[in-house]
Amino acid sequence: MTGETQNRNREKVLSIKDLSVNFKTENGLVQALRRVSIDIPPKQIVGLVGESGCGKSTVINSILRLLSNNAEIIQGSIHLQNKNILMMTSTQLRAIRGKRISVIFQDPMTSLNPALSIGRQMTDIQYRDQINQVAKRQRAIDMLTRVGIPDAEKRLKSYPHQFSGGMRQRIAIAMALIMEPDLLIADEPTTALDATLQIQIIELLKTLQKEFRCSVLFVSHHLGLVADFCDQVVVMYAGEVVESGNVRDIFHRAAHPYTKRLLECDPARIKTKTRVLPTIPGYIPDLVNLSDDCIFKDRCHVKDNKCPLTVAPLTELTPGHFVQCHLSQEGENL
Amino acid sequence: MKNLLEIDNVKIRFRTKGMLKAVIDRDKDPYIEAVCGASLTIKQGETFALVGESGAGKTTLARSIIGLVTPSQGSIRYQDQELMGLDDKAFKPLKRDIAMMFQDPVGCLSPRLSVRSIITEPFKIHGLPINDVSKEATKLLDMVGLPASFLNSFPYQLSGGQARRVGMARALALSPKLIIADEPTAGLDVSIQGEILNLMYRLQHELNISFLVITHNLAVVRHTSDRMAIMYLGRFVETGPTDQIFEQPSHPYTKVLLSSSPEPDPDAPRNRVMPIGEIPSLINRPSGCEFHTRCIYVEDRCRLEFPPDRTIGLDHNMTCFKSEKMK
Repeated sequence: MTGETQNRNREKVLSIKDLSVNFKTENGLVQALRRVSIDIPPKQIVGLVGESGCGKSTVINSILRLLSNNAEIIQGSIHLQNKNILMMTSTQLRAIRGKRISVIFQDPMTSLNPALSIGRQMTDIQYRDQINQVAKRQRAIDMLTRVGIPDAEKRLKSYPHQFSGGMRQRIAIAMALIMEPDLLIADEPTTALDATLQIQIIELLKTLQKEFRCSVLFVSHHLGLVADFCDQVVVMYAGEVVESGNVRDIFHRAAHPYTKRLLECDPARIKTKTRVLPTIPGYIPDLVNLSDDCIFKDRCHVKDNKCPLTVAPLTELTPGHFVQCHLSQEGENL
Repeated sequence: MKNLLEIDNVKIRFRTKGMLKAVIDRDKDPYIEAVCGASLTIKQGETFALVGESGAGKTTLARSIIGLVTPSQGSIRYQDQELMGLDDKAFKPLKRDIAMMFQDPVGCLSPRLSVRSIITEPFKIHGLPINDVSKEATKLLDMVGLPASFLNSFPYQLSGGQARRVGMARALALSPKLIIADEPTAGLDVSIQGEILNLMYRLQHELNISFLVITHNLAVVRHTSDRMAIMYLGRFVETGPTDQIFEQPSHPYTKVLLSSSPEPDPDAPRNRVMPIGEIPSLINRPSGCEFHTRCIYVEDRCRLEFPPDRTIGLDHNMTCFKSEKMK
């Protein structure tokens, strides 16, 4: 690694470079991720947006090295500060998982162990620390109080099923933050919750992020929550990053045709009542038989004779606003 | 417009413990009321939306219309015919007119049947002869925008959006007058969500079908429904024309719900009414106004008395003490 890239990596908490991942399946090789690059700067909240099947979960599983056995990392690197996660041994991985990178999953009922009490799980996760049980217990109580569990000391004895859905997600957040990680990955943390709880959890994450000064990778398909919560946004489509930039670049000056279409489709954005909602015509391409062309060419509404329909290079429109499109120009205000 | 469906003061309760256990516990009332006193009317060709959090009783109320649960009291009239207390034999022909699209798009399709059998099964159940099964099935698939190549597919081969369309084709099979759509867009991506809603609207327009849509997605409600009701713990807290409710939400819970779905715009004004806490258990209903535990406008009398149902506009009702508009 050259000195320059090392310096650049130091400014990022996490830096994914040119990551390509394939899955071997009965139907052939699924090219789940292609040349994905994502940078997460310190103390920033990065939103990862895209429709189902676009590779959001594969990105997360690559960062945590939790990819299934039929996955194959073709190329690329994932640097956590200056160490490549993809080169780590299992001992090294154990040292970072839960300590420097932690995760909140979609469904707290399946991410908490149903057979162990909350207190046991909250102290177990501190296994690396050389402090006594009483101190660990106190830390668990403090953390649970912090996320809004009333009467935390008594509730340490309770099991996950004795809590409501919203409370369980609060506990999952407490577990994720108790080791003060550098990076918190939140994988659709509110999808399984009701609307009124959803916004409470987002507000809680906002306050805790400021307090713990960690970076957050927030994966969601809810555009409203992303606009509300994130500093940076990365838009993925069919395994590629098509556009990235700060939250206003994406929501006000979207440049990629897919991003524009995606935003137009959200009924929450349409102010006047309409009975016919906009859609994106066409289908997501089959990731098994991919051509080398632009991934969005079949559904693109701006392509013209000038567009070569090949994969476009990543262009930086304004500082920090990247887009992968030949015809890209700073989008008009949406 | 004529009223197609009239629901009047319907109560639905479920037993919480067995008869013997209730006697041992000396529990005189071993029931929870999932729906208590819901009234609504659906006119021909209109879309009525039921909104609320999980556990509010939306699905239970909808299921009572097609007789999947039996209300303990109240009245459900379909085209002036009382459905309550009808026996299976008398109810069956009416079920042709009322179809249901279930919540889980793949789960409600039998995994062992092909799409052809799934969408023509309603004919068999109701003993209606069809000459050419494949032709009829192709016609139904065409209505929901799927090619005939899907006839021999099985549910596991379908995507979420395709499964929804098959569910819709099955609901359309017997040319119903009312379709109950339980969370028709849950779990779908925004672009596909638009396609399904547009399809529902087109069919409604062409075939003059009424829809009862159950959802928690307010953005969907705003664009697709004519009238709506907001449910909380089995009661309607606000009912009225959709446009009016969005323009002037009156019940504190409606406001909370509206501010719970942020606009996809980082610079949108955030005058948010922050929701407090979680929906209480039906077993221990709060006293007085049942929303008082989570309401920011709560007063002393809210904790003691049940608020009256008051009319605040044309066809626009709500259940709250506060009459003046709270800003």
